[in-house]
Amino acid sequence: MGRSVKTIYALSSGQGPAGLAVIRASGPRCSDVLKEVTKQSHLPRPRMAVNRDIFSPLSGELLDKSIVLWFPGPNSFTGDDVCEFHVHGGLAVIQAVLRALGNCEDLYQAEPGEFTKRAFINGKLDLTEVEGLGDLVAAETETQRQQALRQMSGELGSLYGRWRNELVKVVAHVEAFIDFSEDENIEGSIVDQAMESLKKLEKSIRVHLSDNRRGERLRNGVQIAIIGEPNAGKSSLLNILCKRPAAIVTSIAGTTRDVVESAVNLGGYPVLFSDTAGIRETSDLVELEGVKRATERAQTSDMVVTVVDASTLQPLIKNSSEIDDLVTALIRQLGTLQRTMDKAGSITDEIAETTRNDTNTTSQQSMVLFNKVDLLAERERKILKEVMNYLTKDQGFYICGFSCKTLEGLDTFLEMLKGTVSKLCGDPLSGNPSLTQERHRTHLELCLAAMSKVKLDSDLVIDAEHLREALRHLGRITGHVRVEEVLDVIFKDFCIGK
Amino acid sequence: MAARLGLPAHLSLLRGKLTGKTPNLRYLSGNASEVDSNFYDVIVVGGGHAGCEAAAASARLGRKTLLLTHKIETIVGSMKFITSCREMSCNPSFGGIGKGHLVREVDALDGVCGRICDKSGIHFKVLNKKKGPAVWGLRAQIDRDLYRRYMQQEILNTECLTVEASPVDDLILDDVTPEHGDDMVCKKICAGVVLENGRCVKASSVVITTGTFLRGCIHLGLDIRPAGRLGDAPAMGLAKTLEEAGFTVGRLKTGTPPRIDGTTINYKQLESHFGDDTPVPFSFMNKKVSIKPEEQVSCHLTNSSTKVGEIILQNKHLNHHIREEVTGPRYCPSIESKVMRFGNRPHQIWLEPEGLNTNIVYMQGFSITLPPELQEECIHNVRGLEEATMTRPGYGVEYDFMDPRQIKPSLETKRIKGLFFAGQINGTTGYEEAAAQGIIAGINAGLMAHGEPPFIVNRTEGYIGVLIDDLTTQGTTEPYRMFTSRTEFRISLRPDNADLRLTEKGYKAGCVTEERYKKTKDMEYKLSENIELLKAYKMSRAQWSNILRECKAEISLAKTGSKLSAFDVLQSSYFQVSCLSEVPGNPFQGIVSDDVLAGRIKIEGGDGR
Repeated sequence: MGRSVKTIYALSSGQGPAGLAVIRASGPRCSDVLKEVTKQSHLPRPRMAVNRDIFSPLSGELLDKSIVLWFPGPNSFTGDDVCEFHVHGGLAVIQAVLRALGNCEDLYQAEPGEFTKRAFINGKLDLTEVEGLGDLVAAETETQRQQALRQMSGELGSLYGRWRNELVKVVAHVEAFIDFSEDENIEGSIVDQAMESLKKLEKSIRVHLSDNRRGERLRNGVQIAIIGEPNAGKSSLLNILCKRPAAIVTSIAGTTRDVVESAVNLGGYPVLFSDTAGIRETSDLVELEGVKRATERAQTSDMVVTVVDASTLQPLIKNSSEIDDLVTALIRQLGTLQRTMDKAGSITDEIAETTRNDTNTTSQQSMVLFNKVDLLAERERKILKEVMNYLTKDQGFYICGFSCKTLEGLDTFLEMLKGTVSKLCGDPLSGNPSLTQERHRTHLELCLAAMSKVKLDSDLVIDAEHLREALRHLGRITGHVRVEEVLDVIFKDFCIGK
Repeated sequence: MAARLGLPAHLSLLRGKLTGKTPNLRYLSGNASEVDSNFYDVIVVGGGHAGCEAAAASARLGRKTLLLTHKIETIVGSMKFITSCREMSCNPSFGGIGKGHLVREVDALDGVCGRICDKSGIHFKVLNKKKGPAVWGLRAQIDRDLYRRYMQQEILNTECLTVEASPVDDLILDDVTPEHGDDMVCKKICAGVVLENGRCVKASSVVITTGTFLRGCIHLGLDIRPAGRLGDAPAMGLAKTLEEAGFTVGRLKTGTPPRIDGTTINYKQLESHFGDDTPVPFSFMNKKVSIKPEEQVSCHLTNSSTKVGEIILQNKHLNHHIREEVTGPRYCPSIESKVMRFGNRPHQIWLEPEGLNTNIVYMQGFSITLPPELQEECIHNVRGLEEATMTRPGYGVEYDFMDPRQIKPSLETKRIKGLFFAGQINGTTGYEEAAAQGIIAGINAGLMAHGEPPFIVNRTEGYIGVLIDDLTTQGTTEPYRMFTSRTEFRISLRPDNADLRLTEKGYKAGCVTEERYKKTKDMEYKLSENIELLKAYKMSRAQWSNILRECKAEISLAKTGSKLSAFDVLQSSYFQVSCLSEVPGNPFQGIVSDDVLAGRIKIEGGDGR
């Protein structure tokens, strides 16, 4: 753990003006600087807040009255000596104190993220903790905060750390067999034991990976696409959900051409709604592109809300004597929509097929919303309600009646939406911590791929090479890549004596 | 002259037998404060494994080189019993897993130790033969006397190399002038050495390979004695100069087992282990080793008993060495630490003969520092050794080493320009590790003397690179020993291809003879030519299956699928190169008839077994 040479400083709180501002410095010069700008001959007691006047080191002028904290390394955030100045949050005060620090010898303005980088280099945080810290600072919703806090506290890191230790042991035992089996009392059975542990570890990683991307969804926001025929009320729905006129709403069919996004905090979960162009067959080049984009968005989203203009059902209701007929007709209508989308998206069938398979494996959720129920007559409403009940209870559809105009059914719709979203994200406080970044997934998958190449049927050295690769990938997640620890395990577990 | 030098008889005899050149041996008159009129390119201090390789390498570059050793007879003194206690004597074997790689690489750079081992080895065995060729460990038990004799012969007959028996008192240091560039760390430049008698010998660069002489202590029971040259004013001078130059020093410990009289061992009770029927030589220049397989000796295996453990555990208070805070090697623990760390169960002991003409047997795995009478008691509780006579007790050694992070990858010190460290002084253990550093330090000292850029082997090129990179970047907290697990590029850094990796590089730097370079290039050409030939020769699977049947290989190939080249089928561990002679028309005669080539092609094909 090498301590830093350079001393850095920066404003750690937001840009003023505010009641307070926190300026932090880290590095070997901290103690001198602290004494210099406070004109004191001694340091405050570690980790005790004290009142100190701050002076300019050049002019000696009083700059502010502040609270000062002194964190001697290695028990500090960065692992170096750290001091904090809690000054008044006025712009001029902040500027003056920063300038004063800049005037101290060998003190440098910190780069963005440099304090955290030092903490990582000094071994105070592993990479997942650094990421968790970043996520915590960036968290916009309650559940994001919970997940980030768990990760920053090292839960994800320690899960990966545990796996890594198990894998280090496997590698060490195979390496010990390679380097020492001839001369020493090392039995071939240690390789078999190592393989057993490897199989177990492989299983744990697979289970962890098959989490439907919960953690990543929670971190990045759940993507929900709103699709449907033109003028079904998709843009109105978006505006209601985000409580502002995000999308232009007119009575003209085909108003929305591009994808309009809006982020919403839905019961603590981050959700990104995408309003899309109405789907219909068209020869208008611009509209066609809009339909193509809508289709693509629908395919890549975690969830699709299909908005159907309930008034278009009126002829169907009139013509169907039985509920079953109506259901069949309704499903046919939705099928037409799907076909139009498939056609419009210039995606070849093959790609469409694989995308659909992908969304299946990540369990894409879908929901149908009947809008404009206010336009229906009492009898029609009743029939629609029966149809919805049938589809919900017997077919497992998420389906809901709604009116953008009267907001009738909004609560039911929101409840249903929240339920689905929380299912997609999982509870960030229960069970094993979720992996939250694509980076984690990539390395875990590469780790598994390398592990599965270990066959033990020919050259053990080549198997060992695959194991080393697996270990490297696991180590990259937390940022630990060392060879020496394999030797540490070898000498702890085996009596090697030449 | 020999008498005045106090040379051992065998060396005088040896010199009598030498033909050709007169040995470059000079006698030191001992006039105080005399400045040697001779100016050397390189001075190597210390005649152990590192020193010999360094001096020989510098001389191969054509640099005027001076090797300074305590006594001529102690050249490679570590292969003999310690008499001066200056150097640690470890077991009488060379190579092993990882270490064999180093010997091959030193040889690929035209170093001396591989060739000397081939002449003096009395039990050759390739370890790890059942595992992949990347981790085969070439190893040999060495006859100490033969080794020393052949090494002295080699060193004393090397052109450009002068050997002098004179202890070094101090270094000649000049201040760095601006023309050397501005360096924060380097303030001094080494211009030669001061000998014990006060005489100054000037040189462009100096290589220090003095092993464990710095503040060495011997531990035997509760007895602690200064080892080596501690208390010798000259050694203190050198140590003091290094200290004043600001070098950080660390402390390490190691141990050696007792020796026993082989005639008193009851071999009937013990498991015999023979060497390989066809010994594999270390050197790329040798097709076979000097001593015939039938004249080679066997080793024996036994193990410690519960009683040994009890004696050790009951007498902890009589054992100073194991109570020390100083770090000993984890992989070479004393029997005491084995018992304490891993319990009182049988621990393996190898009985290794020290030579053809000696009865002395080395107890590998039984390094011990108890008082001698207790050691003897322990020995008598080992199967087969009930009646054995201990000829010398084991003991522990504690010594200072220079933190190797203070040297560059060229092994030149960062603090003093022109000064190089190699061997145990850098915190390593083992002959092979010492030789590997010695050759690199010797080459670089020689290159620097003529202002040429350094010769660096990196981690992708060889175990030598791994060794030096580990030392210079990580330092060490225990005597550093080579393992294959330390290398990232293990599959390509194999003992079989050390020549292809390093010989040309060494030739360009000037440390490899024309003869070896030609031989390597020849092999390189034969390999690529024949591999192309094998790749181009394709037959159907059915045809290959017929050939496999002809040579009674155990597998049959799947009947369907595309044609296979001869190189493809060689990748199967069941397809021996000899099967190729069954191919109609015998197009691979050149490979089948050349064992070395055949073996190497098989490995290149992906399987060496």
